[in-house]
Amino acid sequence: MKAIDILQILLYLVLLIALVAPLGHYMFRVYNGERTWLDRVLNPLEQLIYRLTEIETEKEMGWREYAAALLVFNFLGLVLLFLLQLGQGYLPFNPQHFKMVKPDLAFNTAVSFMTNTDWQSYSGETTMSYLTQMAGLTVQNFVSAATGLAVAIALIRGLTRRTSSTIGNFWVDLTRSVLWILLPISVVGALVLVSQGVIQNLSPYLTVSTLKGVGQTIALGPVASQEIIKELGTNGGGFFQANSAHPFENPTPLTNLLEMLAILVIPAGLTFTFGRMVNDARQGRVVLTAMIFLFVIFLAICYIGETAGNPLVSSLGASGPSMEGKEVRFGVANSVLWTTVTTAASCGAVNTMHDSLTPLGGLVPLWQIMLGEVIFGGVGAGLYGILVFVILTVFIVGLMVGRTPEYLGKKIESAETKMATLAVLIPAITILLGSALAVATKAGVSSVLNPGPHGLSEILYAFSSGAGNNGSAFAGLNANTLFYNLAIGFTMLIGRFGVILPVLAIAGNMAGKKAVLPGTGTFQTTGVLFAGLLAGTVLIVGALTFFPALALGPVVEHLLMLYGKTF
Amino acid sequence: MNNHDISTSGKQEALVEDYNKHKPVTMPGSPGTKKVPGGFNQAMLSRAVIDAFFKLNPRVLWANPVIFVVEIMAVLTTFFTIRDGISGPATNFWFDGQIAIWLWVTVLFANFAEALAEGRGKAQAAALRRTRRETRAKKLIGEQVEEFAASQLRKGDIVLAEAGDIIPGDGEIIEGIASVDESAVTGESAPVIRESGGDRSSVTGGTRVLSDWIKIRITANPGETFLDQMIHLVEGARRQKTPNEIALSILLAGLTIIFLLVVATLEPFAVYSGILISLPVLAALLVCLIPTTIGGLLSAIGIAGMDRLLKRNILAMSGRAVEAAGDVDVLLLDKTGTITLGNRLAVEFLPAPGISPEKLADAAQLSSLADETPEGRSIVVLAKEKYNLRERDLSSLGVTFVPFTAQSRMSGVNLSDKEIRKGAADAIEDYLHAQGGALSPEVKNVVEEIAKKGGTPLIVAENALALGVVYLKDVVKGGIRERFTQLRRMGIKTVMITGDNPLTAAAIAAEAGVDEFLAEATPETKLKLIREYQAKGHLVAMTGDGTNDAPALAQADVGVAMSSGTQAAKEAGNMVDLDSNPTKLIEVVEIGKQLLMTRGALTTFSIANDIAKYFAIIPAMFAAAYPQLGVLNIMGLATPQSAILSAVIFNALIIVTLIPLALRGVAYRPLGANIILRRNMLIYGLGGLLTPFIGIKIIDLILTALGIV
Repeated sequence: MKAIDILQILLYLVLLIALVAPLGHYMFRVYNGERTWLDRVLNPLEQLIYRLTEIETEKEMGWREYAAALLVFNFLGLVLLFLLQLGQGYLPFNPQHFKMVKPDLAFNTAVSFMTNTDWQSYSGETTMSYLTQMAGLTVQNFVSAATGLAVAIALIRGLTRRTSSTIGNFWVDLTRSVLWILLPISVVGALVLVSQGVIQNLSPYLTVSTLKGVGQTIALGPVASQEIIKELGTNGGGFFQANSAHPFENPTPLTNLLEMLAILVIPAGLTFTFGRMVNDARQGRVVLTAMIFLFVIFLAICYIGETAGNPLVSSLGASGPSMEGKEVRFGVANSVLWTTVTTAASCGAVNTMHDSLTPLGGLVPLWQIMLGEVIFGGVGAGLYGILVFVILTVFIVGLMVGRTPEYLGKKIESAETKMATLAVLIPAITILLGSALAVATKAGVSSVLNPGPHGLSEILYAFSSGAGNNGSAFAGLNANTLFYNLAIGFTMLIGRFGVILPVLAIAGNMAGKKAVLPGTGTFQTTGVLFAGLLAGTVLIVGALTFFPALALGPVVEHLLMLYGKTF
Repeated sequence: MNNHDISTSGKQEALVEDYNKHKPVTMPGSPGTKKVPGGFNQAMLSRAVIDAFFKLNPRVLWANPVIFVVEIMAVLTTFFTIRDGISGPATNFWFDGQIAIWLWVTVLFANFAEALAEGRGKAQAAALRRTRRETRAKKLIGEQVEEFAASQLRKGDIVLAEAGDIIPGDGEIIEGIASVDESAVTGESAPVIRESGGDRSSVTGGTRVLSDWIKIRITANPGETFLDQMIHLVEGARRQKTPNEIALSILLAGLTIIFLLVVATLEPFAVYSGILISLPVLAALLVCLIPTTIGGLLSAIGIAGMDRLLKRNILAMSGRAVEAAGDVDVLLLDKTGTITLGNRLAVEFLPAPGISPEKLADAAQLSSLADETPEGRSIVVLAKEKYNLRERDLSSLGVTFVPFTAQSRMSGVNLSDKEIRKGAADAIEDYLHAQGGALSPEVKNVVEEIAKKGGTPLIVAENALALGVVYLKDVVKGGIRERFTQLRRMGIKTVMITGDNPLTAAAIAAEAGVDEFLAEATPETKLKLIREYQAKGHLVAMTGDGTNDAPALAQADVGVAMSSGTQAAKEAGNMVDLDSNPTKLIEVVEIGKQLLMTRGALTTFSIANDIAKYFAIIPAMFAAAYPQLGVLNIMGLATPQSAILSAVIFNALIIVTLIPLALRGVAYRPLGANIILRRNMLIYGLGGLLTPFIGIKIIDLILTALGIV
């Protein structure tokens, strides 16, 4: 364990935690409709949007109406993006003259970006026109993240409101999320990235001759504007195939640090926003504590796995950490940190090839995604995901103090239990059934690059990444086939809305309840003990659900590696 | 001060106190033959064993999805074992057969737990049915009396019940007064007085008139009477799942579905990895993972909770009420009978200036010798204790006793040379004026001071002279202060309800240690108080007996009606206390909490168990293809087969091991939520994690030693 590695990781964590309060406070003011310093610029813009779209901002919605608005908006986005890909050959900003995207791939990609997954079974630089990248993918990067934020805020409102039939207005939440939070940070961030060398242009690809005298095509494009929201919105869809390992996406150590911060800053800050909105900062802190605790554990496992390296390689005389699939300029620490960050969140941007991680190192991203990406998690999605686990923890453990379990004064009854169970059940089932379907069919198995347990890991990873809306991949699997494009396409849809709808139902149910006063007889949902219980519930539910599959994948692969067995 | 009222309520309190001393431990007629440890007799155990087999009926078991899944697995495993035994390669016949047997045993154990919990109720219902024999009713038609079968009575009929008659149905007395033996319903053998009008006018069918006669207006049709209700309740015939039980069932069903898919998808994953897993092994894994422990014990816990109330002679009209009791955080307690003994006792003699204490005590004792009220007796006793004044025989002294009347509001004695009177300050003052005397300012001061302290001053006068004051105190029950401290630690607020003036109420409230009090309470202010607390987000429990308590009882989250109370009160509340002892409200809350705790503890235990089972089964399952996974066999189980079998056996045995805990409830202590949580987490969370590691290892050692696998 090198001191410089630890130092870099600590620096990242300190910066992240330092940003929690200021950003969290700012977001609280945004959603609470309080004055912010951006109002002068943004208020007129917001009013213009409402006037053009004829949105009644004062109209509050019940959870069903909220969900309906959300679904309509997202599926319109899906259709638009699908059509845009099919028609890109006839549309401007296509200097490389890319033809229409294959329908099954277009469907997969449209679903992928609409659901905040950004699973890519294509290479950006050889498939998508600049128009598709900018007006299609980047737009969805913004609105899918804003959708996640809206759901999280609606859930918090549901938890705080008393005997109310409404949880807010989706259109307002969506608009304010984009205008006040995502857009300003992206504008500043993109400029900083450009200053570090991230490209931003609409030029045709360059063809240069290398020192060897061979011609090489260098892909260009409006990268910086997409790069920042890719991280900030925990989307993860790279402009280029190589994602953030590409020097045009992530040129310097500074951009590497900033991009990693951008991934977790909103999910971490939301815990603070949550504490402010429920009027009890400790409630937000306990969630953040559990997240940090789990994050450090997974980071440590990944780091140990990668620094230990592969004994089979070491025996060939190349001792040291595993560097396969890593950028030398980032080294083990920054690769491991990024890997843990991007899969703790539902980001999926990579600066390292996950497929090349050691079995133990690769277990970390896979398992983090399987846990439901609640360790910080996606923008909005992480918070509502962990709150589902909070409800489950309170329900199971809270009974032990001899009262009907209650969270923030609201009783947790059968309706909430049902929805919380569904929110955990649906993604888990999707991962297991999807993977089982893949390993049981020729269409599924034929895409596998590596035989043996690693092949199973690749399939598990693909469906986990889809259901968890992560988007990163064990890229040994050839996912651009009809089977995988469709299977993972539907997996992403189920994984996204199979959680959002139960969460909104919980919000609606909880909003209608009256609150009970807390007392010494009340189960405390703050403090170290509860943070531990919450982390424990996340781990145990995840472990119990996926342990058999993981045992046949990364676990056995790791053990076989130690015994020197290859396939 | 109305002495008459005090004396009767005092008598009733004395009855309750007396009753508490000789409280019957079991319900009426509960078959108490051969006892076995755990409070069950041999007959109940064997009945439960038989019922466990009847409950194998899938249509019955369907209500419990977790155990239903186990049954399906047991059927499948049995089928495959027999099929392979007949046709296929019967290499694993013995092993598969054992798994099948243990899966069946798992189902039977769960059924047994439920049957056992139901058993006690069934026995009680049978006993109650015996008391509900066919009675004749003397129906009044006009002035005529006609005999009918009680089952033909309908609401609104008027019947006559005379000494020796069994009261034919629930009703309201419209005329007459009688002593009634209610032991058939309450198990209490001391007769109670029932009379028309007021709060003691309701009678219950099945009870017996001992003396006098009453006319009753029937208020319940046959089949809807209190006795019928009680039979249904104890029998659990109409037992519906409570809200929290439903919520927990949903979670358990969710876990079952997840594990069903985990195991179902494991098959293709294994095939992909080149491993074949037999169906019995998959079934074993599934049954070990789904929460069979809590699934098997859940309904037993609920029934046992109702049962614990029943043992304390409280009938909960629904399980919902028991659960609500656990959530209650405000208790409205009637002062009289709950907080204070209900009668005021003399604690001090305060003589007027120039009078010796002995003289005052002597006069007070003389005036009280014939006074049979608790107050009167306490004066006699105090005088004896403090000044060694012996009781004297009134007749030998040649005195006449002047009893208390509503007009004079005094009592006393007339001796040959003097009159002694005792009574409230204003009554004695009038008396003194009439005699030509007056109340001295010193005595008036003492009177005021006592009133300020919440006591009752009683002035003793001899002829025209006030001798001094007897300090009567409302005596707070021993230990009640500690009880309230405990409740406060549990986060429960106590509110004393009293008809006293605020000054008196405040003094008693301070002495008893209640958090708040409501003085000069009326049914309306009581109802208002409950609404206020509920609006602030509290859950309120109260007791009541009068018709005017009915609205408050209905409004409260938990309303315990006294069985001695009116029909209206009983219908408004969601529990009935057959002993009519308001102190039991505290126990009701504790039982509710214990019920929820037991559920939570066993759920946590059940889920925590799964970790160890994985470590037993997963390496065993894949041992053939990936011997390297043996690293995970941290328990060092002998063979793959013994590992799987040990896990299944542990899973079955843990259900039967935990039956006593499920029926008894987890250890309950009145502490704050944080301490309880830490304690229970340690026992059931950590314990649930570690126990199966030890248990499975021990079973494995035994299996290996016996050479079974």
